[in-house]
Amino acid sequence: MAALAAPASDHPPAFKIEHPSTQYPGEEEVADYKHDQANAGTAPFEGDRMWKAFHEQAGVDHVVDETVDRSLADPRISDIFKSHDMVRLRRTLKEQFCYILGGGCTYSGRDMKAVHKDMGLQNTDFNALVEHLQVAMDHEKIGFRDQNRFLAKLAPMQGTGVVER
Amino acid sequence: MQRLRTVLVGAGMLLCATAARAESDLRPSGKLLLTEGVSDIEGAAGGGISTWAVITGYETRDGIGANVHATGIQLKDYQFRSWGAAVGFYDRLELSYAHQAFDTQGTGLKLGLGRNFTFGQDVYGAKVKLLGDAVYTQDSWVPQVAVGAQVKRADQGAVIGLLGGKDDTGVDWYVAATKVYLDESLVLSGAVRATKANQTGLLGFGGPNNDDYHAEFEGSAALLLTKRFAVGAEYRTKPNNLGLKEDDWATVFAAFAINKTLSITAAYVDLGEIATFKHQNGAYLSLQAGF
Repeated sequence: MAALAAPASDHPPAFKIEHPSTQYPGEEEVADYKHDQANAGTAPFEGDRMWKAFHEQAGVDHVVDETVDRSLADPRISDIFKSHDMVRLRRTLKEQFCYILGGGCTYSGRDMKAVHKDMGLQNTDFNALVEHLQVAMDHEKIGFRDQNRFLAKLAPMQGTGVVER
Repeated sequence: MQRLRTVLVGAGMLLCATAARAESDLRPSGKLLLTEGVSDIEGAAGGGISTWAVITGYETRDGIGANVHATGIQLKDYQFRSWGAAVGFYDRLELSYAHQAFDTQGTGLKLGLGRNFTFGQDVYGAKVKLLGDAVYTQDSWVPQVAVGAQVKRADQGAVIGLLGGKDDTGVDWYVAATKVYLDESLVLSGAVRATKANQTGLLGFGGPNNDDYHAEFEGSAALLLTKRFAVGAEYRTKPNNLGLKEDDWATVFAAFAINKTLSITAAYVDLGEIATFKHQNGAYLSLQAGF
């Protein structure tokens, strides 16, 4: 047995930064794009009730990190994230959730269509991510009805270029 | 009760069989829990007695989903049982089959039909989603809309003829609209059904009072309380062709998704007067397995 060569890894090398961003060290620089809050894909909730319901920045950080962690560990969708800049993904997702929930953040990312272009995503992928998001929101003890209010903001994104037709 | 128990045990075995899910190239599982509805008494995805516009199974447009169900209703003077299966293709087309049995139990003697005389019916259904999406399009008022047909064949033609029924086979046509209002955790659904069916067809089609198609309404409202638990109510209007009094149906129900494979629905039903016996209220229990 000892003579056998180590099996080839199923996992390609993790994302390597080749051109570090000047603004966000630790992230890959991305090509210029138009910065616009509308890139978040939906209008934010009015007032700060939803932001409080999600336990503000600390809650959103927990929810995003657990959603991403669970997605990376899910064989149904983990391949999608290979060779992606997960540092940037986590940061922009947190910005986007904060913006939508009325936390007053600026969403600095690209629009939903540009972000998901050529990824070949299907409804099943979208729904798998939503499942992980639901579990993460449960763990953060966010009320079910507030979870659904938030999902109501995200659900239409399925049809705006996230999922390929 | 013996037969009801047999049906439910049979369902339990089916549940175990489908729980061992086959591997395939199609993408497994997609929709949110309970947003696919449950199997109604005619085999289609819906509430318990009302048909929804959703396509059965948890599959999205990239896969095929399916469900089997068994339902028992113990009324004051009768027992209703149904079992069946439905397959959803690419979240677009649903094909379903259900067998219904309406057991007169001891009441059969009083009706002169004999103890446990049972009216049976096979229901073959097809439903096509026309437009909209009940869940995704939360930014639009447009519901998911589907049209469908149910071919029904009752098995007691001779008795149906004696009761005045014109036919023992019939076809129902319907258009259904369903919308999940996620920001209210609410599901609303309504359907208009063109039908000649007496007691959904168990007592045949048409009669001395009327032998034309009638537009009837069936609707439901459900509140999602948790990811797995919903409560709601339904209403279904019925024609009155036979001259025996036939009442509208109503239910209040609770549905629980044990997981993505198994769900259970319990309800209190009020089916009104059936074959001259008034106040047919009772308990409804349905088990469903699917993927």
